Amino acid sequence: MADASGPPAVAAGGGTTAPAAGPAADRKETGPAGPGGRPGPGALTRLRRGLATHWYAWVMVAPVVAVIGVIVGWPLVRGLYLTFTDADESNVERRIGVNTIDASYEFVGLQNYVDVLTGGHFWDKLVWTVVWTVSCVVITFVIGLTLANMLNRKVRGRSLYRIALILPWAIPAFVSVFAWRMLYNERSGILNAALEGGGLSAMSWLTDPFWAKVSVIAVNVWLGVPFMLIAMLGALQSIPAEQYEAAEMDGATAWQRFWNITLPGVRSVSATVVLLSSIWTFNMFPVIFLLTGGGPVGSTDILVTEAFKLAFQRSPRDFAGSATWGVLILILLILFALVYRRALRQQGDKEGAW
Amino acid sequence: MTVATQSTVPAAQTAGPTGPAAPAVAAGPAGGGPGGTRQRRRGERGPLASFGLHLGLLAGAFIALFPPFWLLVTSFKPRSESFSLSLTADFSFDNYQYVINETAFLTWFGNSLLIVVVTTFLAVFISSTTGYALSRFKFPGMRSLMWTLLITQMFPMAVLIVPLYNLMSRYGLLNQPVGLIVTYLTIAVPFCAWMMKGFFDTIPVSIDESGRVDGLSPFGTYWRLVLPLAKPGIAVTAFYSFVTAWAEVAYATAFLTGEQNLTLAGGLQTFVNQHTQDWHHMTAAAVLIAVPAALVFGYAQRHLQAGLTAGATKS
Repeated sequence: MADASGPPAVAAGGGTTAPAAGPAADRKETGPAGPGGRPGPGALTRLRRGLATHWYAWVMVAPVVAVIGVIVGWPLVRGLYLTFTDADESNVERRIGVNTIDASYEFVGLQNYVDVLTGGHFWDKLVWTVVWTVSCVVITFVIGLTLANMLNRKVRGRSLYRIALILPWAIPAFVSVFAWRMLYNERSGILNAALEGGGLSAMSWLTDPFWAKVSVIAVNVWLGVPFMLIAMLGALQSIPAEQYEAAEMDGATAWQRFWNITLPGVRSVSATVVLLSSIWTFNMFPVIFLLTGGGPVGSTDILVTEAFKLAFQRSPRDFAGSATWGVLILILLILFALVYRRALRQQGDKEGAW
Repeated sequence: MTVATQSTVPAAQTAGPTGPAAPAVAAGPAGGGPGGTRQRRRGERGPLASFGLHLGLLAGAFIALFPPFWLLVTSFKPRSESFSLSLTADFSFDNYQYVINETAFLTWFGNSLLIVVVTTFLAVFISSTTGYALSRFKFPGMRSLMWTLLITQMFPMAVLIVPLYNLMSRYGLLNQPVGLIVTYLTIAVPFCAWMMKGFFDTIPVSIDESGRVDGLSPFGTYWRLVLPLAKPGIAVTAFYSFVTAWAEVAYATAFLTGEQNLTLAGGLQTFVNQHTQDWHHMTAAAVLIAVPAALVFGYAQRHLQAGLTAGATKS
């Protein structure tokens, strides 16, 4: 989900339910050969037996395997290869009219990685990307959980509030970002008008490096809260009411109930939602690209927008450099997911969710 | 990763439709009974708490609604009033007329629609059997396929955009809808396969078994019995990939140039950039993009929640 915003991955999370853990019973069709038949006699015999048992499963997954191999696997391998070359605008294969000019870039080994990792630029961007991701996710989570808690009660107009609160999710992000650009407009935007009306001085929302960072974070939080709210509302409603009743009878205060029942109750959902939104935020291209364009002077560029600019906005276009950034970003994400998972596991998730 | 995602679901799923159901916490008046009469009953609040609650929710709703609302308001104002603070100033539909008649807006709309519909259709078509196989069978290669699907969904656009761009350029697919469709399939196919597995998991295996007993092949079972039952799941899956592709910016910006070739995400950028500051036209175009999207979202929303929860209701 490159820069998929909210919706899709939720469900992706949803779909994940049963991966390997799926009850064996679900797989009756496997037949006895299933899990037990691993150490077979000869490779050929095994293959033949495997074909006989599993051919329909393999046929069914074949389209996806083929498509992913061609449109994801092939570019990925090419991208990896590009990181070991000096490919840029002037030497890649390209067409001019009917003529095709062959690629003339050369293999340079690990040079790109050395350049990127020893220069300060990548690390600067990485620091800001981490700040951006952490602040967006934390703020979104806190606001989402708070609002979910408020909505998860008897309130007059509850469904109206709910519709209003998830509206930002219903509008394509690139449209909302333009709306925010109008509000932030330095000379005549309504935010500055409100500030001046209140006797304060106008701010350079998008042109001052610090406030530009605050602004992009605010917009991303605005975009992310609805998803968080819905996920948390689902989690809250899954907590049995009896637990609260029992706690109340034992004289627990509201705060104690929140701390000892609500928080543990939403823990496993939170774990996944936080992981997902961290990954999305880390990769969030449209907000920064469309709101500030990475400016002023690159101060709001995160890793993905910088990688995009290297290949498509700067000249000469540096394809090898951009691909190198891309590969490093992917490695960072995978590392993050692994560490996150391990950390959760060490805390001991007794619910067996993980 | 596998594990990571796993957890969400069960909890979320149990929740059932998030919508109208009475909030679990506050719901049961029954619970309050034995507690004693002097205390407030469960779910009741003092007036001050109620006031605070409404204040918080109102503030949240206001912040959520204001930017789109202001976009709508501005779209009816002429250029000179784009940044005025009044709600209506010289109310007119001129901006809309201009956007529809004088710009390539309808072409962009058509491009977006074509690309997104074909992407969604292909992705669902290609991945539904895989979702079924992953849900029902255990076969060699299954684990690695699941991992591949998961990791592919995590792929940042930055990893694939350069090699895809170079491949498209080699085969003359830049500026072609086909190029963008192929690109979006890299996002949509793993996602749809993954999601559909979740939906098939919710359909009882006993249905498959009865089909097999009656002599259907695995394909026949899938095609005649399970697929028809999975229709809502397919609709939700399609909806998600539709929305994702509709709002995609990076690939569309990089792969498409020339006014006639853009999608909406690229087209909207042409109103406000280094060279032009046509905020009044931008707002009208933005409203024209947002309204259909919001309507579809509103319509699908109910199913969407059912879909969110469907994934995990195993057994």
